[in-house]
Amino acid sequence: MTTSPSDPAEAAGLAIVGAGPAGLAAAVTAASLGLPVTLLDAGARPGGQYYRHPDPALGAERPHVLHHDWAAFAGREAELRAHERAGRIRHLPGRQVWSVTGSGTDWTVHSRTEDTAGEPVRARAVLLATGAYERQLPFPGWTLPGVVGAGGAQAMLKGGLVLPGRRVVVAGSGPLLLAVAASLAAAGARVPAVVEAAGYGPYARHTGTLLRNPAKLAEGALYGGALLRHRVRPLLRHAVVEAHGTGRVEAVTVARLDRDWRPVPGTGRRVPCDALAVGHGLVPELSLATALGCATRTAADGTVALVLTPGLRTSVPGIWSAGETGGVGGARLALVEGEIAALSVAGRPVPAGLARRRERLRAFADAMGAAHRPGPGWTGWLREETAVCRCEEVPAGRVREAVEELGATDARTVKLLTRAGMGWCQGRMCGPAVAALAGDGPAPDRRPLACPVRLGQLAELPAD
Amino acid sequence: MSRRTPRALVGGAPQETFTFRFDDREIPAAAGQTVAAALWGAGVLAWRTTRGTGEPRGVFCGIGQCFDCLVTVDGAPNRRACLVPARPGGLVTSQEGTGHDDLAV
Repeated sequence: MTTSPSDPAEAAGLAIVGAGPAGLAAAVTAASLGLPVTLLDAGARPGGQYYRHPDPALGAERPHVLHHDWAAFAGREAELRAHERAGRIRHLPGRQVWSVTGSGTDWTVHSRTEDTAGEPVRARAVLLATGAYERQLPFPGWTLPGVVGAGGAQAMLKGGLVLPGRRVVVAGSGPLLLAVAASLAAAGARVPAVVEAAGYGPYARHTGTLLRNPAKLAEGALYGGALLRHRVRPLLRHAVVEAHGTGRVEAVTVARLDRDWRPVPGTGRRVPCDALAVGHGLVPELSLATALGCATRTAADGTVALVLTPGLRTSVPGIWSAGETGGVGGARLALVEGEIAALSVAGRPVPAGLARRRERLRAFADAMGAAHRPGPGWTGWLREETAVCRCEEVPAGRVREAVEELGATDARTVKLLTRAGMGWCQGRMCGPAVAALAGDGPAPDRRPLACPVRLGQLAELPAD
Repeated sequence: MSRRTPRALVGGAPQETFTFRFDDREIPAAAGQTVAAALWGAGVLAWRTTRGTGEPRGVFCGIGQCFDCLVTVDGAPNRRACLVPARPGGLVTSQEGTGHDDLAV
């Protein structure tokens, strides 16, 4: 296909998917290096999930109080707006990218808005900054209304200024729990318990790494202080093993876990609540990357992440990636990686200091990830009738039957036998659980379309 | 003691407040809120029943990934309540099953 040089679709040198910390940092860095940038983002406003903030119409005077390091976002957002006005960045909010096609230096990014097909975006290079979503492990009662993702509760609060209830238990594993509990408490919820499945013991093995990351330590201390003010005590090596209620959650059972995350019999106690915010860390969103054939690895936290070079190239020439996709590591690392990726795309050298910061933050993320990696015993809190796949309503018993009686040895075979992972979310919510029940490691995403697309929108694609 | 609320925490006031219809009740909403946020604000946590067991569901992931918060908005089924903005005078209807009863055979 030939296009004239004046074709605006041809003008984009670099297409960036995702305007969270990594994509935003990459966009402003690339634009400042003279690369024409198209920034596509599912959100209405830049910032991604981490810097999610209310619509201006909500008139929040102090959105920053719900955020850590807001200045890092505000500065880059101002740069983004300046580059947009100067025509150096084309920012396309409200676009869900469902496929990237092409090769080498000729790529097409296919996206949709909520109602329409977006025009395809052509680019010489693509940077995938698609972030992550929350890792969920099912338990009896987890489909009750009022049981929400910890990140979900945070997102609804940051974006919509609402709480799921007045008395919210926060549970799961990972550093996000402390941030969520602190935000919910500051916004007026009572947080009767923060329930953390891991011990902090594994942190002790990484003292050096922790000490080399003072900003991260300060962040932890900040949340710790905020929690103390609201009289919230984290309960280590415990889990919510059941949510109770009729029509909505009314209480949870919290039980002690052994070293392998197996619930210790006889330790369960009931905690009344009207909401539960639960999550076990994050999972890199790799649908676009794996559809392109980008190589993956298993990260320290047990999730599948991309294999990346020091210049943040994926294994597919012409495709770069930055932030959580290379292994969950948080916003500060994503900002650094976005900058590195932009320099790399532009063919510029990466300053040694920036590369060192990346290595230091990655080492910290790996230490945290290993500490909060789910132990194999968590499946001990499932019952036969517990829904594992929320979309297709597939109970644990059917998944176990597929494994034990029908011989499935991986999540894909379980899916073909039971429909687990075949629904609207395409296995994002049940994937880690199904893989664990199948006795399989987590498998790379296999989603030819990264989000649902209407048939009419597919039909509008050019024949080639 | 003054009650802590999300609004008290961030200060300010919405540019506009309005209501939309949810089944048989009026839900107050602020400009810039999603349908899901307004429903949470009114204490409503579920607005869909599953097509298998008919269980109630509402927001789970809160970021548009899980599709548990699907709802019918102005007659269009399967909209993600956590993403769709609330609209003055809008009509939000609890969704049963696939939301396509009209196509049932």
